[in-house]
Amino acid sequence: MKSRFAPDRGLASRMLVTTFLLGLLYVVFTAVLIVLIKSAVLAIVIAGGLLFAQYWFSDRIALYAMHGRIVTPEQAPELHGVIDRLCALADMPKPAVAIADVDVPNAFATGRSPSKAVVCATTGLIARLEVEELEAVLAHELSHVAHRDVAVMTVASFLGVLAGLITRFGLYAGFYGGFGGNNGDGDDEGDNMALVLIAVVAVSAVVYGLSFLLTRALSRYRELSADRSGAMLTGRPSALASALTKVSGQIARIPTRDLRQAEAFNAFFFAPALAPGFSLSSLFATHPPLDRRLEQLAVLSRQLGQQV
Amino acid sequence: MGFLDVVLGRTKAAAPNLDQLFGLPAAAVTLQTSTRFQPTGVGSVCFKAAEGGAFTGLREQVDQLLALDQGKYREQSDSYGFTWLVRTTTPDDLDGLVTDLHAVNSSLVDAGFGAALLCTIIAFTDGAQPLGLVYLYKRGSWYPFAPTGPDRRDTTVELQIKSALEQDLHVEDDLARWFPLHDAPGL
Repeated sequence: MKSRFAPDRGLASRMLVTTFLLGLLYVVFTAVLIVLIKSAVLAIVIAGGLLFAQYWFSDRIALYAMHGRIVTPEQAPELHGVIDRLCALADMPKPAVAIADVDVPNAFATGRSPSKAVVCATTGLIARLEVEELEAVLAHELSHVAHRDVAVMTVASFLGVLAGLITRFGLYAGFYGGFGGNNGDGDDEGDNMALVLIAVVAVSAVVYGLSFLLTRALSRYRELSADRSGAMLTGRPSALASALTKVSGQIARIPTRDLRQAEAFNAFFFAPALAPGFSLSSLFATHPPLDRRLEQLAVLSRQLGQQV
Repeated sequence: MGFLDVVLGRTKAAAPNLDQLFGLPAAAVTLQTSTRFQPTGVGSVCFKAAEGGAFTGLREQVDQLLALDQGKYREQSDSYGFTWLVRTTTPDDLDGLVTDLHAVNSSLVDAGFGAALLCTIIAFTDGAQPLGLVYLYKRGSWYPFAPTGPDRRDTTVELQIKSALEQDLHVEDDLARWFPLHDAPGL
C-alpha cells in the first residue's frame, strides 16, 4: 500500500546493532560459563524461571503494582471508544482496558502477547489531556503491544538478570566458603576453585554492566519506534508531541520520592516517572530525551505536509 | 507481523480492502426479505483526517467533487476527532450509494491516506429501530450495529442479522471487533 511515511533506516539500523551486540554478549557469556563452571544449568534455570514468571504474569504484576483496574465499556465509554477506533485502524485485536487511580499523568501497556495485552491510563492522564492527545498516547501504547515490546525486553534483559544473579551467588559462596583460602591446607584444588569463582564473579559483573547499558539503549530505541508507529497510526504527530510536552512537564514538577514504587515499571511507561537531572541519565535512561522525541515527530509532521 | 518487524520495532500500516464493499446491494435484498429492515438511503465514510497541508489539499479536492453533486454530501466530525462524509440518496438506489462511497475511498487511498480509513456505514431501519451495517476496511468484513440508546446496543438483533447475512456478506467472525459507533450519522 502507498504510504506517506519514509522508512527510518537510521533508527532500524541502530536498533539492529544494539540487538546484535546483546546477542554477541549472550554467546560470549555462555561460552565463558561453560568453560569456567561445568554446571551453569542451575543459574540459567533460576534466572530463566524468574524472568519467565515476570513475562507470563506481566499484565497482572503491572496492574497490581500500579493499582490499575480493568474497566468495561459501560464504565469508561470514551476510553474504550478511542481504543476501539485505533484498533480498527491498525487491524489489531483489542487489548483489555484499565484505569489506574493515580494523579500522575501516565499510561502503560503490558502483557505477553497482543491477545493478552492490557493498556492502562491513569486518571491524571485522562483529566489533563484533550481527546486528540489521549488518542496519540494510546496509539503509542498500542504500538508497544504490536511490537511485542514486553517479550523483546524480557528476552533482552534475561542475560543481565542472569549475570546479576551469578555475581550475587558467587559473592555469597565466596564469603561463606572463605574463597577456599582459609582452611590452611594449601590444597591445590581449593585454590583453583577460588580462582574460578573469582573469575566467574568478575566476568558476570562486567556482563551485567554491559547488558544493562545495552538494554537501556534498546529500550530508548523502542520508545522512539513506538512514538513513530503511534504517530503514523493517528496521522497526527503533533498531537503526540503536545501530549509529551504536557506529560513531561507535569512529571518533572512532581517530586521523585512519591514515585519510587513506580520505578520498576518505567520501561513500559509512556514517559519515565523520574525527575531529570542525573548526569549519566542519557546512558541509563529507559526513555529518550524529550528533544529527541519531539524532533522525530516534527520530521513525521513535515512528511505529512508535503503535497501529493 | 513478521519476526523482523518485531525485532526492529516497526509496524506496517494496515491496507484497506475495498472489494467487499460491493457485496452490499445483494445483501440488502436478503435483509429486506428475511427481516423487516429497509435501507434509508444514507451511507457514510468515516476516516481520521491527518494533519498537514497534503491532507487539507486533498480535502479541498474531495469537497469540490462533492459540490458538483448538488450538495447531497454532508460533512461532520465526531467527538473522537474522526470525520464523516455522509451521502444521502433514495432508499432504492443502493448501487449508486455504494459507488459514490467507493469513489471517496479510492481518492483517499490514491493520495496515500488509505491507512486513515476507519469504516463505512450503510443505515437501515425497520420503522422504529435503526440498524447500521458497518464495513471495516482493514478487515474487509461487515458487522451489524443496532443502537437502542446512549451506550446501549441490541445484541439479539445484531446476532440475528449476522446469521441472516452470512451467505451474502463476509461477516466479521471476531465479535470483539464489533465496536459500537453511537454517534454515527444516519442511525
